Amino acid sequence: MSISVDRDQAFLDAIRLIADDVSAPNSDSVDREARFPIESIEALRGERALSAALPTELGGGGVSFGAIAAGCFELGRRCGSSAMVFAMHQIKVITLMRHLDDAPWFSEYLARVAEEQRLVASVTTEIGTGGDMGRSIAAVTPTDDGMRTFEKQAPVVSYGAHADDHFVTLRRAPDSEASDQVIVLALKDQLELEPKGTWDPLGMRGTCSPGFVVRATVAPEQVLPAPFSTVMAESMVPVTHILWSHLWLGIATDAFDRARAFVRASAKRTPGETPPAAIRLSHLMSELSPLRSEVRSALEDFVKASEDPSREWLSTMQAAVRFNNLKVAAADQAPRVCQSAMGVCGIVGFKNDTPYSVGRHLRDTMSASLMIANERIHQTNASLLLIAKDV
Amino acid sequence: MTAADDGNMTDQIRQIIRDHARLAGDVDALPADADLYSAGMTSHASVNVMLALEDHFDVEFPDRMLTRSVFESIASIEAALIELRSEAAVS
Repeated sequence: MSISVDRDQAFLDAIRLIADDVSAPNSDSVDREARFPIESIEALRGERALSAALPTELGGGGVSFGAIAAGCFELGRRCGSSAMVFAMHQIKVITLMRHLDDAPWFSEYLARVAEEQRLVASVTTEIGTGGDMGRSIAAVTPTDDGMRTFEKQAPVVSYGAHADDHFVTLRRAPDSEASDQVIVLALKDQLELEPKGTWDPLGMRGTCSPGFVVRATVAPEQVLPAPFSTVMAESMVPVTHILWSHLWLGIATDAFDRARAFVRASAKRTPGETPPAAIRLSHLMSELSPLRSEVRSALEDFVKASEDPSREWLSTMQAAVRFNNLKVAAADQAPRVCQSAMGVCGIVGFKNDTPYSVGRHLRDTMSASLMIANERIHQTNASLLLIAKDV
Repeated sequence: MTAADDGNMTDQIRQIIRDHARLAGDVDALPADADLYSAGMTSHASVNVMLALEDHFDVEFPDRMLTRSVFESIASIEAALIELRSEAAVS
């Protein structure tokens, strides 16, 4: 076996162990108390999983993107909130890692992420932009002493209070248009987070994502030099949709596994008879299967396109439509699978304290269509489909 | 030959930008190599620009040309249109 395959295997073995031994036993209390899954994140830090995707030259684990995606899936099977925190952190790290040209500050920063296992959150959505990540209101503003400062009103910042550093999207300058954006990485000791509102949602309760007013003063080199549109098209958008959909698939897969365990238990009680729920389980399988295929093929498309040094295909409309479609399809299908699993298990699935409970799975996956709203993505695809030819 | 062949191509592109790109500033003052996205053209507006260009110049942009870099300035749009026309002339 090659070194990279060994690394991937070792990483996934460690993630599965954490998912089973740490994330699973804490998942109910994380959900009930809407508390940050600190045990999972500390265990991931202990395995240096927060820098797994980084190249070894930067002190990272040199793990493949496919293995990171599989890690999101494995954590998703045991605790949706832990998986979401892990995925969102990886999205920022992988995005920065892919755009390090002429950005020595960012190379040094990523080495610090590896060294100190720093957790990175993101401040992308903003009050007043209607959830459109392609526009910003808050601007990078030069100060008299050559620094850069900003103040951003964020309606949600996932694990904002628990992160070390923040990845912030902003307008390039006070006189820039809303679509002329940059990425700024602000360190914990440069940040001031003023909490706004509370966090008592239906699902993904452990992500602890209330609103904040985010203020920071940073050095000019903490503004990523790579063009924002390139970063979005080549990395941020596809990586986000792929890692999110892997963890949603993980949650849906565990709901399926619970439904199957329920059917097996009832089959054992009535040997020789196929229990009625077995037929519903077969229907459930047919709902899970296309979700699984879509998630896997999107990963393959992205990995293949990333092997081309120019990453040309990722900037095409065809690619934009493809990964947008993954997002809306997975976000629609994952809660459907969980609801059907509840239909298989009946009342023991509906109750929160049985081995067949799937309420948390259903609630967690219901967040999927809201995180970058499906309707907004459909709106984008609708306009792309007017012009793109071969989709 | 179509009506679109008459007159200066740059001016015709500029008119389409004026009608469809929804820029905040004055399109006439915009240099041919200025970044239209930085000037405020959204992705949604860029699709309308592409549709209008296809209609006006009677061309179809193939998928490989449907990237941000092709539509980022009046000059890059003009280069793409010239390339499409020379391809059409050869075939």
